[in-house]
Amino acid sequence: MTKLIIDGREVEVEAGSTVIQACEQLGVEIPRFCFHERLAIAGNCRMCLVEIEKVPKPVASCAQPVAEGMVVKTNTPMVLKARHGVMEFLLINHPLDCPICDQGGECDLQDEAMGYGMDRSRYHENKRAVKDKDFGPLVKPTMTRCIHCTRCVRFLADVAGAPDLGSLGRNETMEIGTYVEKAIGSELSGNIIDLCPVGALTAKPQAFTYRSWELRKTESIDVLDAVGSNIRIDTRGNQVIRVLPRNHDDVNEEWLGDKSRFACDGLMRQRLDQPYVRKGGKLEPATWPEAFAAIAAKLKGLPGSKIAAIAGDLACAESMMALKDLMAALDSPNIDCRQDGAKLATLRSSYLFNTGIAGIDNADALLLIGTDPRWEAPVINARIRKRWLRGKFPIAAIGPKRDLTYRHQHLGDNLSALKAIADGSHPFAKVLMDAKHPMLILGQGALTRSDGAAVLDLARQVAVATGMAIDGWNGFNVLHTAASRVGGMDLGLVPGLGGLDVAGILDQAKLGEVEVVYLLGADEINTDALGKSFVVYQGHHGDAGAHRADVILPGAAYTEKSGTYVSTEGRVQRTQQAVFPPGDAREDWKIVRALSEVLGVPLKYDSLEELRTKMADFNEVFGIEDQLVANLWDEFGMEGPVSDAPLAPAVGNYYMTDPIGRASKTMAECTALFVHGAQARTGTHG
Amino acid sequence: MLQDKDRIYTNLFGQHDWRLAGARARGDWDGTAALLAKGRDAIIDEVKNSGLRGRGGAGFATGLKWSFMPKQAGPRPHYLVVNADEGEPGTCKDRDILRWDPHKLVEGCLIGSFAIGANTCYIYIRGELIREAEHVQTAIDEAYAAGLIGKNACGSGWDFDLYLHRGAGAYICGEESALLNSLEGQKGQPRLKPPFPAGVGVYGCPTTVNNVESIADVPTILRRGAAWFAGIGRPKNVGTKIFCISGHVEKPCNVEEEMGIPLKELIEKHAGGVRGGWNNLLAVIPGGSSTPVIPREVCDTVLMDFDALREARSGLGTAAVIVMDKSTDIVGAIARLSRFYMHESCGQCTPCREGTGWLWRMMLRMVDGSCTLAEITMLEDVTREIEGHTICAHGDAAAWPIQGLIRHFRPELERRIRDAAARAA
Repeated sequence: MTKLIIDGREVEVEAGSTVIQACEQLGVEIPRFCFHERLAIAGNCRMCLVEIEKVPKPVASCAQPVAEGMVVKTNTPMVLKARHGVMEFLLINHPLDCPICDQGGECDLQDEAMGYGMDRSRYHENKRAVKDKDFGPLVKPTMTRCIHCTRCVRFLADVAGAPDLGSLGRNETMEIGTYVEKAIGSELSGNIIDLCPVGALTAKPQAFTYRSWELRKTESIDVLDAVGSNIRIDTRGNQVIRVLPRNHDDVNEEWLGDKSRFACDGLMRQRLDQPYVRKGGKLEPATWPEAFAAIAAKLKGLPGSKIAAIAGDLACAESMMALKDLMAALDSPNIDCRQDGAKLATLRSSYLFNTGIAGIDNADALLLIGTDPRWEAPVINARIRKRWLRGKFPIAAIGPKRDLTYRHQHLGDNLSALKAIADGSHPFAKVLMDAKHPMLILGQGALTRSDGAAVLDLARQVAVATGMAIDGWNGFNVLHTAASRVGGMDLGLVPGLGGLDVAGILDQAKLGEVEVVYLLGADEINTDALGKSFVVYQGHHGDAGAHRADVILPGAAYTEKSGTYVSTEGRVQRTQQAVFPPGDAREDWKIVRALSEVLGVPLKYDSLEELRTKMADFNEVFGIEDQLVANLWDEFGMEGPVSDAPLAPAVGNYYMTDPIGRASKTMAECTALFVHGAQARTGTHG
Repeated sequence: MLQDKDRIYTNLFGQHDWRLAGARARGDWDGTAALLAKGRDAIIDEVKNSGLRGRGGAGFATGLKWSFMPKQAGPRPHYLVVNADEGEPGTCKDRDILRWDPHKLVEGCLIGSFAIGANTCYIYIRGELIREAEHVQTAIDEAYAAGLIGKNACGSGWDFDLYLHRGAGAYICGEESALLNSLEGQKGQPRLKPPFPAGVGVYGCPTTVNNVESIADVPTILRRGAAWFAGIGRPKNVGTKIFCISGHVEKPCNVEEEMGIPLKELIEKHAGGVRGGWNNLLAVIPGGSSTPVIPREVCDTVLMDFDALREARSGLGTAAVIVMDKSTDIVGAIARLSRFYMHESCGQCTPCREGTGWLWRMMLRMVDGSCTLAEITMLEDVTREIEGHTICAHGDAAAWPIQGLIRHFRPELERRIRDAAARAA
């Protein structure tokens, strides 16, 4: 600890902190543009200058380490003069377009100009203008507004690992750009919009559609991947305008993947806003009673074994609990939440990201098995990269070869290397054994195969053989791609005694043995395999499931309900309702509850609180919000032959993993550019 | 006045052989192993005692700088980097060392590296100095071939490698930390200090950056003793120094003189005097383009060393004397310098990036007087907002010439503004 005096007040801060952090600790506000807690220090904006005793010149507080007995003054005439000067310099070439700038109202330059700006300009020369650039479909550059703080450059280079931006040229003609015009090729590119302290980088999909002060802000949780990123949903009226990340040090820090940020325009498209019933082969609009009656008529007298239910990737725990209870009341054991067919075991530690996301910081060796964290969970990938940048972090990957933004050893695209690691004959086995906190990440690309259970067992063997699960450290991690999956597993949405799993349900539906299939937002299954069965689809988008449905029950998207989701690390978090579901659509658990009434098997809860109590009674983790609980480590998986077939990627297109992304215009543009390779084409391609 | 026997650079004008044989004949590489045998501390003490101040412009004590390096090389190797990126307008002293006395520099590199515990030294040479780079490379090759550097350099048991790195012609790369960035292959932008190069320098390792002249002085200082060097000049401003005299003089030249020589004597003795006589003198920029201009009254008496020129509110800088006679458009001349500093600003930090362009544009209007009297004060105020607020000294360098102009030539500025106003009316 180091003691120093700031503005006559003594403060004790951690050794190695900077003066700006010490000031912050004391509540002394220092204006800054280039400094950001999570980025490398640049010290180039010169706004944070302070006076330090015995130093003749003002000092940039963001770059100055504290020293014992240092005397800092933040409000002397010298400091104020310096800040006024810097502010004047920043403003001389900054355009006066605040009234049409999307950053207006939440602009650092605007805010600081209130404190340090002059009421009129002394600058009588021509202002600089910069030709606009094209950074792709997500980020809209207006580089005339740029103040060259280089936050975006440092973020992309350090955090995202996609050093696409740099500063070109020098003196006042310096520009931030890509050199050869191209889109920013990172799944985290949207974060530079948040980082930009001025309106130089704004969100292209939402350009000119809102003023920040019109928006109502709701704190919620992202469900488009399994990370559980904390988000803020900004709405106007009943429309989600934008999604921004919220800080959570243990989950997403303050970053957010581009899909989670920009897919929100999909919430306004392809929505199911009223029930439908198929009549004469055609889906006809219906009322809720008509839809329920159609289902009741079909289910009447049907034995439970002929009924099945599949929960999809975006389902909240509440609706899954209600669905499970409904299926139990209908005496059906055919229920599954693993619509991708992952061979997950039921032991909690066998399907969790046991180290936790923050635990990556403590790991010292990593094995990736059948996973591409860059597309499955970009925020987690950034965390791995952050750990890797610190050094002494050997990483090996088994699966399709990918640029993961960090250097790693590629051990082949099939699982023969994993077998060799399990029996200790592979050199990487020694790396893991020598590590104090080794970890592995098992992806859905490995678990969704037909031999997934054997792969799970093999991975467990590796964990045991290399000492991953000892002394309070459990390095066995499963990375999920679906937000609902862990919640579903925690609620036991797996086939009951003699019940069918997803593959079984589809097989039997094709054969006609299963006559009614209830899809709770399940769109990623092969709907052709549903055969002639009667399909009830409950969900919010007219996607694959709805096209095949015989009855459609319009549900609520994650922005429209308070739902519980359990992230891949086992963190229980709740979304908050930001807007109302469109038209006749309703919250999902209420739909199931209402249906149970019509079917004559009423569920025993009438409010969200009662349902949540029921969930917590079933599994105590649902009573513990936003905390990780320790989980028992035991045997799981099924020993068996593991095929040498190459692993397939779990996510084929990062931008379209769910109905919301598929309905989004922005995500379609990203897909065309980044997945289908429009980016790679240049002018010489004809 | 410096006597011939006290000269360090005896081939400054290139009339002798610059290669190894000629250099040896002039005393270079004589008993270098014995100098190294004195040991690191003794060499640093000797340089400290000599009072040698860095010749690159800031005048920081060279021995003291060396003593900042860690005493023992840890896991990170030490480096000596020689700054041969001489780009200050008016300055050409290093250039003549590089082309006519390169062996002095090479020998100095060996001794300096040994003193700071470095086995590797880089000379970062300005890209435009093409022939000079050839000469230095030849000298390095000759020294390697003669066993003077390389493994067991001069038979001293010290392994030493010397590399020449050519810059690409950016003025800012002469700033030591920008030079290190450039050497590493990055954009030549100054780094924040702290950490200082002695802690984290090139490739993140402890590094000392010295000017060519400082390093080339060292072998002779060690041979002739600190007392000899300290006996030349005035206290705290000792030794010999190469002065570059250019502008409106009869014979522009480079000359080695003792520190603290009166400016008038320097010009009249070595440069043949001011064009049209001393009375035709308007002003002098005494230390390279970044130092404030001094008018004739000051030039009459001022001594050419660090402290005397600081008292005159200017600086010795690189000792590049730019002489301007009464035919000079002094405002235009300073405006031209402003353009140079605008163009060479690296663009990293705000005051310099935005301010230098502003200064230049205001200076352009000062030249023809198309501004108001109040703008002179504003111009000065803007220079004060840049000065001392930037990462490196480039901001100061852009501000000082204008401050000097306003300090000494305000009546001239006002006259132009009034004349322009009268013409307009």
